[in-house]
Amino acid sequence: MRVWYFSEMAYHPAWEQGLKHGSLRVVLPNSNFDPKVGHGLLNRYLDEFALCDEVGLDIMVNEHHSTSTCLTISVPMALAIIARETKRSRLLSLGNPIANRPDPVRVAEEMAWLDVLSGGRLEMGLVKGAPYEIAPANSNPANLMRRYWEAHDLILKAMSTTDGPFNWEGEFFHYRNVNIWPRPYQQPTPPVWMTGLSVETGRMAAERGHVVGTLLSLSAAGPMFEAYRKRAQELGWRAGADRFAYAAVVGVGVTREEGLRRANLAADYVRTSPIVAEPFTNPPGYNSLSANIAMLRAGGKRGGFVRDRHGNPVEQTTASIEQLIESGTCFAGTPDDVYEQIKVLSDSVGGFGHLLMFGQGGFLDHRDTVANITLFAKEVMPRLRELNQEPQKAVAAE
Amino acid sequence: MTRTISVADTTLELAERGQGRPLLFLHAGEGLAPERPWLELLSRRFRVIAPWHPGYGNSPLIDDSGSVDDLAYLYLDLAAALKLDNAVLVGVCFGGWVAAEMMVRSTARFSHLVLVDPLGIKISGREERDIADMHALVRAEYLKLAWADPAKGEVDFTQLSENELAAIVRARNAFTLYGWKPYMHNPRLKRWLHRIDLPTLLLWGAEDRIVTPAYGKGWRQAIPGARIEMIPQAGHFPHWEQPEAFVERLSAFVDKNG
Repeated sequence: MRVWYFSEMAYHPAWEQGLKHGSLRVVLPNSNFDPKVGHGLLNRYLDEFALCDEVGLDIMVNEHHSTSTCLTISVPMALAIIARETKRSRLLSLGNPIANRPDPVRVAEEMAWLDVLSGGRLEMGLVKGAPYEIAPANSNPANLMRRYWEAHDLILKAMSTTDGPFNWEGEFFHYRNVNIWPRPYQQPTPPVWMTGLSVETGRMAAERGHVVGTLLSLSAAGPMFEAYRKRAQELGWRAGADRFAYAAVVGVGVTREEGLRRANLAADYVRTSPIVAEPFTNPPGYNSLSANIAMLRAGGKRGGFVRDRHGNPVEQTTASIEQLIESGTCFAGTPDDVYEQIKVLSDSVGGFGHLLMFGQGGFLDHRDTVANITLFAKEVMPRLRELNQEPQKAVAAE
Repeated sequence: MTRTISVADTTLELAERGQGRPLLFLHAGEGLAPERPWLELLSRRFRVIAPWHPGYGNSPLIDDSGSVDDLAYLYLDLAAALKLDNAVLVGVCFGGWVAAEMMVRSTARFSHLVLVDPLGIKISGREERDIADMHALVRAEYLKLAWADPAKGEVDFTQLSENELAAIVRARNAFTLYGWKPYMHNPRLKRWLHRIDLPTLLLWGAEDRIVTPAYGKGWRQAIPGARIEMIPQAGHFPHWEQPEAFVERLSAFVDKNG
């Protein structure tokens, strides 16, 4: 198993105001952001990413917009810095919200540039993006997935074409001379990742052989991975654990108490992330017909995506650390506890080869974050390396 | 009576009622709701033809996609297929936008245009909003802006059937598809409204806060000879809140203008 450390670079100093405002995203005015405090935090978070390279963890970066939960507004910008500060870690962009990007060729250029800069250490997530990302991007949610697939195809073609320029006149994107410089270090493209929560995403990813990741809820992971394996089998190949990624909050300590405390602080990410002004949580067309019918039936109430082992929704905003361990949202305790929890969860969903480790989440301070990363790398990582280890389907260029 | 008709290689579902002068009714973003009284009231003196826009009811989206331009051409084709002549064109809210897009292309088969609280044009500056952002409002806030009496707009979704709920969800998606960006308008439309050479009536809910009466005055100035009339105690959907007053004003306008 590979482990990818990840932090959203939270701006937790504004969370209390956000809670009062009823939304940490979209409509919380940026007067609640103090640039001087932000300056310190951004630099601190980048130091924490750099530490991962020293201790042998891989690195993942994501992005969100108009939000106090995540200051990373550009994956390529953050990864450009991290690529220069690291030597060994693979660098996962998870990812570019490509249906919200007006210019997919620009995305291809940026990813190729990062791959060249990092010497082929890039892994490239092409993601749908969360529902509340629609408003900041003002992208049309009613045809989001049509646009997603057209951007996906164009980006991969732009990255893998060596005898361009080529022409692209699609439903959404129009170019007459696509010929990106530089082209990527890894041929034909860096490994591609997708994310989601549904069986449908599992199937779609399998059809392209992409890595598929899901987050924070084991009840979503099982069916999605199973759908992937089944579709791969239908298409004549066997999907190994390296095709599957699972994201969870991780808190590890020398004592169980210390691990739980760290996870509990980092888990505020899970508790705050769904607090969004209601109209932005379900833009028309973003969720499926059946999910929308169920929401109307329930009087317009929308549950979070964290579910317990029986599939019942867990109230994310107030969940205790114990509940979050139970739902597979957090791994927490001593190194032995954490290893055991990861192994049990992985086994229960047929085995995943990538753990996306939320190792920082708001109020977990720098000292605790460093200790969390270091202890995990020293005591948990070596044992995980052996778990679900199979030949990589996508082999990076040396 | 409801039937489907094939036009321009797509399928449209139509509600049709009554005899007499043809009246093509283009429904609001919310949907057609043919069981409500206004179609019945109109059908007492008109032959009412009311299609469900593609994506609504049993009308599929055009090529799984589509734009307001497509709807304008589709309904001009529909008017030709039904051999409409001297017809009254009525468009409400989103339907008003579609009606205006038709009329800047061709008024040939029509005698009168009635736009009821239409969306579709940009009047104020780039930092002002003419059309309330319906997608940024919780339902209770939306009802307050859209209705003089918000209680009339309430729907108990928990009492609806699976099919009714599915139709509502599909309709929301279609409305979003047509009007997300630019938001519920065509930046070029106002420039060409002078092409409308029919007697035109703008009917406006006096208490509409989705598009206010001031926005209606912008429409009146852009269409040569257009007049505007307010319907009291009505918001964005005067045909729904005040169906009798709506039909009365519309009929009087048609009578007075031949």
